[in-house]
Amino acid sequence: MDLNDTPEQAKYRAEARAWLEANMEQAPPRAGSYEDDDYVNARRTWQRRLAEAGLAAVTWPVEVGGRGLGPIEQVTVSQEISRAGVPGILDVIGIGMLGPCLIAHGSDEQKSRYLGPMLHGDEVWCQMFSEPGAGSDLAAVQTRARQAEDGTWTLNGQKVWTTNAQFASFGLLLARTDPDVPKHKGLTMFIVPMDAAGVTVRGLRQISGEAEFNEVFFDDVVLDADAVVGGVGNGWGTALTVLMFERLTIGFGSEGFGSPARLAETIVADPVARQDPEIRARLGHVISELLAVRFNGYRALTMLSRGQIPGPEAGLAKVTMVNAAIEATDLGADVVGPDALEADSEWSYLISFLPGLKSAGGTEQILRNTIGERVLGLPPEPRLDKGVPFSELRAKEKEAVTR
Amino acid sequence: MNFALTDEQVLLREAARGALSRFKTIEAAREALEDPSALPDLWPTVVEAGWPGLLIDEEHGGAGLGAFDALLVAEECGRVLAAVPVLGLLPASAILGAAGDQTLPAIAAGELRPAYVPARPPHDLESAWTVDARSGLKRPPAPRATVSGDGVTLEGEVAFVPDAPGAELLVAVAVTDDGSPVAVAVEASDAGLAVEPVMRYDATRSLGHVTFSGAQGRLLDVDAGALADAWYLAQALIAGESIGAVETCLRVSVEYAKERFTFGRAIGSYQAIKHELTEVLRQLENARGLQYYAGWARESKPDEFALAASAARSTAGHALDFAARSMINVHGGIGATWEHDAPLFFRRAQLSRRLLGGTGDATDRVAERTLSAVA
Repeated sequence: MDLNDTPEQAKYRAEARAWLEANMEQAPPRAGSYEDDDYVNARRTWQRRLAEAGLAAVTWPVEVGGRGLGPIEQVTVSQEISRAGVPGILDVIGIGMLGPCLIAHGSDEQKSRYLGPMLHGDEVWCQMFSEPGAGSDLAAVQTRARQAEDGTWTLNGQKVWTTNAQFASFGLLLARTDPDVPKHKGLTMFIVPMDAAGVTVRGLRQISGEAEFNEVFFDDVVLDADAVVGGVGNGWGTALTVLMFERLTIGFGSEGFGSPARLAETIVADPVARQDPEIRARLGHVISELLAVRFNGYRALTMLSRGQIPGPEAGLAKVTMVNAAIEATDLGADVVGPDALEADSEWSYLISFLPGLKSAGGTEQILRNTIGERVLGLPPEPRLDKGVPFSELRAKEKEAVTR
Repeated sequence: MNFALTDEQVLLREAARGALSRFKTIEAAREALEDPSALPDLWPTVVEAGWPGLLIDEEHGGAGLGAFDALLVAEECGRVLAAVPVLGLLPASAILGAAGDQTLPAIAAGELRPAYVPARPPHDLESAWTVDARSGLKRPPAPRATVSGDGVTLEGEVAFVPDAPGAELLVAVAVTDDGSPVAVAVEASDAGLAVEPVMRYDATRSLGHVTFSGAQGRLLDVDAGALADAWYLAQALIAGESIGAVETCLRVSVEYAKERFTFGRAIGSYQAIKHELTEVLRQLENARGLQYYAGWARESKPDEFALAASAARSTAGHALDFAARSMINVHGGIGATWEHDAPLFFRRAQLSRRLLGGTGDATDRVAERTLSAVA
């Protein structure tokens, strides 16, 4: 049992650290508004520099511009970026989740056209899977793509929770291409240019009042035949690849929500809080949970470095992390009082942000279903949609509630 | 980065599981509630497995293994509610090991069984070393030690000491007049020592109230750090035992949830049951991550051992409380009867959470370590 770097890992860390130290002066601030074009452009430029230094797509194969290294080196880079106090890449969704999907399922033409500009921050990507009526049950998407005689596709529908859509160049979109087969079978994945005629992006304000997400509407958007990724009717399998990388990206990127040190400093600064048994019990509990996430992360990383893919139980770390972050921010704010809710307080952003995070990357309830079934081997819930053509499903659902 | 069991550790765990599987320990736990003599004598097995010398270095006849290995053994004992005196034995051997004591070869050989008489180290709101009370939340001070040369006279009482009855050497933490802690070895035969065996709810746990009335002991050559280490080692061990017990609770509950049908469905298909069992798994995995942290920290990051062991105790304690109650709930009425094993794990949970300071005290210690780190 050893948390130290191997000699090769230490060499890689030293290399990353040296580059960051030499270049950190040119980095934009870590935080800024994504509604500010200058800030977004500065982040694009910084991503390009990271990519040129081999610090952006660490786990991508060398042939497509990556470093061809493993998850431990990816974590090493994240640690060094965090240590240097500079921002990481702008397009986490593209490089972490969508690029790997294109590498796995895309055509050679798609790889050579899209991966380079994605890596260098010239073209940011967004993920267009969820819809107002399809979240936990993602295969229920209704956005419809119809193919014309000439092979082109026409797209109509709506997506939601689309991070970065306001400045993205492309989106990876899951659409229904055949409603007359069961729902997982009639899906296809497409690449959508965000500047195509008929694409409308609208900001979606969250609890804090800021719009970090978007809704995206498609009105008769025309796509070329070569916009399909992974084959017509194979959209579900292609989507699962993205979701697997999403789990890895959230699982290893999430330790930072809520700062245990700031929480402890806030309590220490208040002599009554420091001696209050209830405050201490809450603090002890939340710190234990955050420590558990950290050390289970090392266990998962060890598995990953041995070529084992962490199973759905990795979702438990997300459940623990989000709930612990909620408990930690509530505790800090309870010590401070109502001023913690002021927009400029260090607590208010997370207080507003975390309720939504509970549903991101799979709601807690869906994660518990999946883990109960896949890890504990418990029988699945009965379902009404198995083997039923998507086009007949709505009628069946209506029948079930009126019976 | 390598945060996984070594091949040797996997073998150690399998060997422990194999050794304990020769006894019907869970059945014995039930029978012993009415007839304490029903508990099998596991000591020869413990000696054969080399556990008394687990933490003792090889030059003194031990195996020279670390806390991580000890926690794996504790986990296997907890899994089957085996009445193995890990809480008394291993922290005592750690103190004696730090002192390089003459008794180490006999202890490693299983010829002399020591028991740790614990005292809790001070913290930010309590400057004294304290011990568990017979009743109530007021923690009495650790026994008083009067040192003259290598000899020590002890006065005081420590309640609910794990594995004290039948131990041949008590390794007590006491304080001198100026409040500094010392470790003292007292022979069981000493005229000033009384050990009153007590059984509380879980017959697999040997407990005793230890009273020193002018008991004569030997001063052990250790510093305060070794005495604090023993306390946190005991915290980590009770976490290890709890993790093993949670695994059994979860396994048995999951099996039943697949077999029991209501309204034409296995009850495990209902989210109410599925999500509760997933919560047991979540708490179990968190406790296991912290067990790894504690085992790793004692060897590689001793400054963090107090935090790691306390977090492991807190999390594993809550996990066992939850898992034991959940096992009863999933089984329905039968789970609350002597027909089933669930009450035995519930009894284990109920007593464990109230020993060695209690689960809540470990949670408070996590807070204290965190606050002291920034103050």
